Amino acid sequence: MRSTNLPPELAKLRDQIRGYAEGFGLDCFETIFEMVPPDAINSLAAQEGFPVRYPHWRFGMNYDQYSKGYEWGMQKIYEMVINTNPSYAYLMSSNSHVDQKTVMAHVYGHVDFFKNNIWFSKTNRKMLDAMANHAVRIRHYMDEYGQDTVESFIDLCLSIDNLIDPNLPFLEPKKSQTTAAPQQQDIGRLKSERSYMDKYINPPEFVEAQKKKIAEQAKQSQKFPAQPERDVMLFLMENAPLNDWQHDVLRMIRDETYYFIPQMQTKIMNEGWASYWHSEIMTKKALNADEIIDFADHHAGVLAMQPGRVNPYKVGVELFRDIEDRWNRGRFGKEYEECSDLRQRENWDRKLGKGREKIFEVRKVCNDITFIDEYLTPEFVDRFQLYTYEYNKRTGRHEIVDREFSSVKEKLLNSLTNQGRPDISVVDGNYLNRGEILLSHKHLGMDLDLKYARETMRSIFLISTRPVHIETTVEGRKKVYSYSEKHEFTTNE
Amino acid sequence: MMDGTKRDHARFRQIIRGRIKQDLKKYIQHSEMFGRKGKDTVTIPMPQIDIPRFRFGSNQGGVGQGDGDAGDPVPGQGDPQDGQPGEGKQAGKDGGEHGLEVEFTLEELAEILAEELELPKIEPRGQKTLKSKVDKYTSIASQGSNSLRHFKRTFKEALKRQISTGTYNPDKPVIVPIKKDMRYRSWKSDVKHENSAVIIYMMDVSGSMGDEQKEIVRTEAFWINTWLRSQYKGVETRYIIHDATAKEVDEETFFRTKESGGTLISSAYKLCEQIINQDYAPSDWNIYPFHFSDGDNWSTEDTKACIELMKSSLLQKVNAFCYGQVDSRYGSGQFYKDLMEEFGSNDESVILSRIENKDGILASIKDFLGKGK
Repeated sequence: MRSTNLPPELAKLRDQIRGYAEGFGLDCFETIFEMVPPDAINSLAAQEGFPVRYPHWRFGMNYDQYSKGYEWGMQKIYEMVINTNPSYAYLMSSNSHVDQKTVMAHVYGHVDFFKNNIWFSKTNRKMLDAMANHAVRIRHYMDEYGQDTVESFIDLCLSIDNLIDPNLPFLEPKKSQTTAAPQQQDIGRLKSERSYMDKYINPPEFVEAQKKKIAEQAKQSQKFPAQPERDVMLFLMENAPLNDWQHDVLRMIRDETYYFIPQMQTKIMNEGWASYWHSEIMTKKALNADEIIDFADHHAGVLAMQPGRVNPYKVGVELFRDIEDRWNRGRFGKEYEECSDLRQRENWDRKLGKGREKIFEVRKVCNDITFIDEYLTPEFVDRFQLYTYEYNKRTGRHEIVDREFSSVKEKLLNSLTNQGRPDISVVDGNYLNRGEILLSHKHLGMDLDLKYARETMRSIFLISTRPVHIETTVEGRKKVYSYSEKHEFTTNE
Repeated sequence: MMDGTKRDHARFRQIIRGRIKQDLKKYIQHSEMFGRKGKDTVTIPMPQIDIPRFRFGSNQGGVGQGDGDAGDPVPGQGDPQDGQPGEGKQAGKDGGEHGLEVEFTLEELAEILAEELELPKIEPRGQKTLKSKVDKYTSIASQGSNSLRHFKRTFKEALKRQISTGTYNPDKPVIVPIKKDMRYRSWKSDVKHENSAVIIYMMDVSGSMGDEQKEIVRTEAFWINTWLRSQYKGVETRYIIHDATAKEVDEETFFRTKESGGTLISSAYKLCEQIINQDYAPSDWNIYPFHFSDGDNWSTEDTKACIELMKSSLLQKVNAFCYGQVDSRYGSGQFYKDLMEEFGSNDESVILSRIENKDGILASIKDFLGKGK
């Protein structure tokens, strides 16, 4: 897949833009641009950027939506780039030159981020091949076991593909659980006063039986899994009675999920970083005078804030600019924080000039959570008119609650925690000593959607073939919901 | 479209189709949810085919941006569809916002209906009078554009010419076509004769037919049209409304008009006969009169007159005469009983159906179309 079809004038632009990017200190993988017609962009977007995926209806559904969105002029995908080495990016053939330049600059921002952000450091940079291999294998299974069978199983796997442990790639490989040397335990000998009577009072068979019983008890009391397991997919891979092909399918889907996690963890930063650089590169270097209006128009569209909504591109880029400004002027640290003179704060300028350096550091070590946690300031919340809202049951609509810095920050962080999904782990793989599965939902103020919970538990039940239970809190009360063989969804109340 | 996408898209359509078939009753009852797109395409609200995942309940709070004081509603609610202009897309996990609709052609819809209701194909009667012309590239011409040139025929011509003029040398078989030898693919018009059909809708618009009844008629008419259009090439529709007198109207008026007069059904049947005599020779046309009312008629004499007219004239001309009685609070339902007495439920050319409420629409459609008339 060499960039054979990039016309010479665009190839020239590409080299130019790459030069500017490197001049600014961006450090990118080799990036290959593919020129594709709009329809192919929709196809590629439907397949999450990859040209070859396994057969699945949801890609078709995505395509249906994207192509309609394009046809009706509601949405247009300008840019797409895959985190691989070399990186692949797509240019839409119907775009104007100024758009292509902007997209290239934007893409180089992403690629620099892919290469340097620590959260991406464990991703498979040969994912293009991996995806293609998955496709081959799944097609093979479909030939052998039937499309419906395999596709239904894929549906089940996808249903739990958010039940994974985002930190897993950064953990030490699990140490094999070394069971502590069994203590010498009293095995329940009956008391005998006289030693010669002992073999009659405690005959060898009895002693054996007692030993066995104790060993069994010890095994049962051993927790399984020893620690709550957030990677439910892994737990099922290791413990569910799966066929070879099912095991393989589950593993492939799990691999794909892990590949995409860093992108979800850094959405605000990644888009912010790319937008920051496309505007730097374009306005300071690449833009011709006659292109300014078109660029401004496009740029304003991408960064538009719609009332009521937070645009991650906008928040990301503005936060990067804010950090750059603060570190340029030295508006941070103990002295600044403790300054209570408003005017002095306003005009604070230590002429440090460390802004650029700082944002490069931030792009290396942060993810969205630490980005917001560390660098969101009250001034920023104020300047961008951020507020929190809640659902009002009485009026049946979402209403603004307040503009307090602390609550805005808390809400933002909450929505980013665990990529905005419920935090659920397996706490007992042998629940009620019947080999049933007990999940636990770590409740952080938001209830589960019970309709979806029911369907998801059905999926886990169908994979594990054992009843599934979940501890959660609904409207302030602790509850356990169960999904059993009778395909019933019940609660303990 | 890329190959993989084509495959997945077809699969997606297949799943949606299956889901619609499964819930056909719901879809038929709520045909008002259908949107029209162009002549032959409808848009249908997409069935829920999400992959279920653990997620938070809706109505959770969040962070927004913009003006407003505490207690103000967050703008843009109830309108989750509007995408951001110029939104970029990173290769990532979040698939497209699920749009609400899928498109189906009327033909596909008729297919689904037929499969679910097990509708028999109609054996058309009458001569094939409707002419349709299809151009097919099956012919050869000596003139044409280069993109259509036919190499084999061209060289054959050249060979013929060279042999006849003696310039062909079998030991050194070089053939050079000249302009006169050139042959091009060309089209031939294929005239096909098709069966044609006309549907004549009649409806009682007297005061006792309420909005709910009319909605039922509209739904039935939509599906009847869809089915018959899938069976005949050219289908015409005519509309007659009646209270004590009858008149012909266009489709929109048909469903909108509300009169307060009494009811003389025979007036509509007479007009129907007149239209058939004028425009639709039974030897050429497949004729389907559909009459909907709540079963009230002014007098037993008029009912007699109706039956007389049907027997003496209408029934000989039509494929099937369909009467649908939409029960209403005011209607007596007498007309259905009278027809039933006269024709019974097994008459070849009279199809009677009672529709109690919206739930009865599916069964009624099967009544009307299930006989393969």
